[in-house]
Amino acid sequence: MSGLAMPKPDAGTLSRRAEIVADMRIIVPGEGVVDTVNGMRAFETDGLTAYRQLPLVVVLPETVGQVSRILKYCNERNIRVVPRGSGTSLSGGALPLEDAVLLVMSRFNRILEIDYSNRVVVAQPGVTNLGITHAVEQEGFYYAPDPSSQIACSIGGNVAENSGGVHCLKYGLTANNVLGIEMVLMDGAVVRLGGKHLDAEGYDLLGVMTGSEGLLGVVTEVTVRILKKPETARALLIGFPTSEQGGQCVADIIGAGIVPGGMEMMDRPAIRAAEDFVHAGYPLDVEALLIVELDGPGVEVDHLIGRVEAIAHANGSTTCRVSTSEQERLTFWAGRKAAFPAVGRISPDYYCMDGTIPRKELPRVLAGMRELSERYGLGVANVFHAGDGNLHPLILYDANVPGELDKAEAFGADILRLCVKVGGVLTGEHGVGVEKRDLMGEMFSEADLDQQMRVKCAFDPNHLLNPGKVFPQLRRCAELGRMHVHRGQLAFPDIPRF
Amino acid sequence: MTIFAPTTAAEVLDTVRWAVSEEAPVEVVGHGTKRGIGRPSQTEHAIDLSRLTGVTLYEPEELVLSARAGTPLAEIEELLAGRGQQLAFEPMDYGRLFGTGPGRGTIGGALAANLSGPRRLKAGAARDHILGVAAVSGRGDAFRAGGRVVKNVTGYDLSKAMAGSWGTLAVVTDVTFKVLPAAETETTVLVRGLNDGDAAAAMALAMGSSAEVSSAAHLPEGVAARVAGGALGGDPATLLRVEGFGPSVAFRVDMLQGLLKNAGAIEIVAGETSRAIWRDIRDCAPFADGTMRPVWRVSMTPGSAAPFVFALRMEAGADAFYDWQGGLVWLRMEADPEAEAVRRLLKRFGGGHATLVRAEPQWLAAVPVFEPQPTALAALSRRFKEQFDPKGILNPGRMAADASSDRFAAS
Repeated sequence: MSGLAMPKPDAGTLSRRAEIVADMRIIVPGEGVVDTVNGMRAFETDGLTAYRQLPLVVVLPETVGQVSRILKYCNERNIRVVPRGSGTSLSGGALPLEDAVLLVMSRFNRILEIDYSNRVVVAQPGVTNLGITHAVEQEGFYYAPDPSSQIACSIGGNVAENSGGVHCLKYGLTANNVLGIEMVLMDGAVVRLGGKHLDAEGYDLLGVMTGSEGLLGVVTEVTVRILKKPETARALLIGFPTSEQGGQCVADIIGAGIVPGGMEMMDRPAIRAAEDFVHAGYPLDVEALLIVELDGPGVEVDHLIGRVEAIAHANGSTTCRVSTSEQERLTFWAGRKAAFPAVGRISPDYYCMDGTIPRKELPRVLAGMRELSERYGLGVANVFHAGDGNLHPLILYDANVPGELDKAEAFGADILRLCVKVGGVLTGEHGVGVEKRDLMGEMFSEADLDQQMRVKCAFDPNHLLNPGKVFPQLRRCAELGRMHVHRGQLAFPDIPRF
Repeated sequence: MTIFAPTTAAEVLDTVRWAVSEEAPVEVVGHGTKRGIGRPSQTEHAIDLSRLTGVTLYEPEELVLSARAGTPLAEIEELLAGRGQQLAFEPMDYGRLFGTGPGRGTIGGALAANLSGPRRLKAGAARDHILGVAAVSGRGDAFRAGGRVVKNVTGYDLSKAMAGSWGTLAVVTDVTFKVLPAAETETTVLVRGLNDGDAAAAMALAMGSSAEVSSAAHLPEGVAARVAGGALGGDPATLLRVEGFGPSVAFRVDMLQGLLKNAGAIEIVAGETSRAIWRDIRDCAPFADGTMRPVWRVSMTPGSAAPFVFALRMEAGADAFYDWQGGLVWLRMEADPEAEAVRRLLKRFGGGHATLVRAEPQWLAAVPVFEPQPTALAALSRRFKEQFDPKGILNPGRMAADASSDRFAAS
C-alpha cells in the first residue's frame, strides 16, 4: 500500500489554483479559505498518518448554501472534492488530493434541536459524537454508538463511516441510530432523507449513504435517536487458559439468549501491554481475557451476572471477577480502552487492522496470525469486539527501520485475506478508505464492484467526490453502462413455467 | 403470460437475462401476499420465487441465518423459535389485511417490503437486520453485497438498498439476516380510557423512562375491542410492552405502574393474551374487515400523530390507531382515500410519509400510492433505479411512474 496509486492530478485544475482559491473566497468570505502551506499542514493527513498530502485548498463553509455552491462550482469545472469531518478516519478516508478542494465541515458545530418527547437530536455534522451525549445527559439520555474516537470524531463522519464502538452488538451501528440526514449532492442539489419518522421513504438511500465514505454526498445535518441511559452497568473480568475457551464462552453467553452491552476480548500480548500501562489488575497468566458488561435495571444485571459466571466456569475460566462498584467497572475497562496507547509504549509504531470474522473461526484466525507474525518477524497484539466478531490486530513495527512499514502493511493485508477466507470481511468499522481499497477484490467480484460503482454513478457520475477511495479502479460510468445480454435461448430451458 | 418459477439462483439469472434481451417486463413475486401494495403493475410475465427455497445456513451462536429468497417466513420463524431465537424486527403479516389468510409470505418479500412490527421502536425494521444479499440486477448481472457477519462496512450497503425496494432494483435470490435471542417473557401494561392526546403523553413518558419499553401503541375507543378476540373490551387502551428476563420484566412493569399511576386505570396482561394483542397490532387486524376500504400506513413524528389525526377528522371520516408511540398511524377511510387531505396535513404536522396500502384498484391507479418525493430526491431515486434496472424490466412502475413504465403501459 505504500506505493499507493492515487488518481493522477489534473494539470488544468492545478494551473487554475489561484483562480479557484479566489472563487472559493467569494463563496466563503472571511477566514473560511486556507491556502497557505503552513495553514494547510493541519489537514494533510487523518487518522491513517502514514499518508500525507497537501490539498489544492482547504475550505471551511458555514452554511448549507455555501456547501451547495462549492460543490456546484467544482462539478461544473471538473474539480475534485474531498470531504472531511474531524479527520479521525483510520483508513485514510479524508486523505487530501493534490488537485482537490478539501471541504472541512468542522464549522457546522451546532446542535439544532433536542426533542426529548420524540427522543431525537438534530445536529450539524461537525458536532462530535460525544457532544451529542453531553447535550442530553443531564436528562439521563445518551447517543449509543461510541467509537473509541468519540471525543473527537464528528457525527457527520460517523454517518460517512457507519461507525460502531464497543456497544454496537446490543445497540447497533450508526446506521441503526440515524433517522435522517440532509445532504448535498455533487451537483449542488440539497436532499433530505428520512427525518424524525422511522421508515425511510422510497429507496433506502439513507442506508446507502451511511458508510459510503464521503463518495456519494456531503452530509449537512443529522437526526439521531437518543436512548435513556441504562440504570446500572456492571462488568465481569474473565480469564481463560486458551482462546478457544474464551471464544466458546462468548458463544455460550449468546447461545443462552444474553446480549451483553459490551463483550471484549484481548490476547496475551495485548493483556500484558495494557496491564503494564494502566495496572488494571489484569491476570497475566491467561491467553484470553474477556470483559463482559451487562447493563439495564439492577435486578436484570444481577440476574445475568450469575448466569454469565456459571457459563464462564463451565468453560474453564481461571479467573472471574465481578465489578462491585462503578470505579471497579471503569478499572476493568481502563486497560482495554488504553490498549492502543499501551501497545504504542512497547513498539515505536503500530498498525491497527479491522477485520470481522464469524466468531467460531477465532482460534483458526489467531493461529494463522501467529504464523504470519513469525514469517514477517513482526509482533501482533489482538483486541477483539468478541460479541460481533470484529478483530483489531495491532501490528508492531518501527517506521524508522527501512522496509518495516511495507512489511507491516503486507502482514495486515494477509490478516485481512485470512478474515475473508474464513467467511469474514475486510472492515468491521474503520472503513475501506485508501487503506483497504486494493484488497476489495479479495472480497468482491468484478460484477459486485461494478454494481457498487453504479451506485456511485447515480450520485456523482463524474467521480469528483473523494476519488481514489474505496474502489481499486475508477471506471467511467458510461463504460459501466454496457448490458450483459445473451440474446436468444435460455441456458436452462427446463425452468418450470406456467 | 408466462410465469417463470426458478428453483436456483442460476435459473433466476437466466430468466432475468432473457427478460432483458426481450425487453419483457416481469413481475417479481413470492407468495403474493403484498401484491396489492404499490402502483398497479402491468406485466406480461412473472418471476415466481416461491420455489427458490431453503435455509442454507443457520448458526444460532453466530446470530446468523441465510436462506433462499422464496423460503416461507413461517418456516424460518419456526426454525428460530426452536432455538429460542427470532427475527427481532417482527415482520408484519399483510395476509390478514388483504383477506388472503395469515401465515404466508417469504423472507425475500419481508426484505423487499422492509417489513417490521411493533418492536420497530427498539429493534428496527428488516433493513436493520439484513447482513448480505445475492441478487440479479435488472441488467442481468448477478452480484453479492454485504456478508455474513454482524459488523461490516466494506463497500456500499447494497443489502439495505434492497430493503423497501419492492423488487424494482434486483431480484434477490439469497438473504442473510442477523437473528437475535427471543425474549424469555413479555408483559403488557395497559392504561385505560385515555384520549389520543393523553395517550401520546403517557407513551412519551414511558418511552423516555429506563423501563426499556419495546412497543407502545394506542387503540382508541372501538378499536381496542378488535384485538385479541375482544379480550380488552371497547375502552381506549394505551399499551406498553415490556420484554426480557423474568425478574427484569417484573421490575420494569412495576416501574411503569408507578410512573403512570396518575394517567388512568392500569391493567396488566401477560402470556398468550399479550402476544395476541401485539400480533394483531402488528398485522393491522383492527382494519382486517374483509373490505377493500382504503387503509393508509403513515410514518411520522410520534408526538405529532394525535393532532394530525384530529385535524384529519375535521375533514374526512377516518378510523385510526397508533403504533410506535404514534410514529406509525394506521388509518381506515370511509370510502374515498382522501389522499390530498392526508398528505397536506402530514406535511403540516412535521412531515413523514403516507402509503396507501389497501384500496380498490381504481384508487391505486388514480392516487400516488407512495409519498411523492421532492424533485431533487425523486430525480436521485430515478437515477438510482436506472443504475440497477435501466430498461425498467423489474416490477415497472410499482413504486414510481417512470419513463420505462410509461413506455410499457403505452405499448
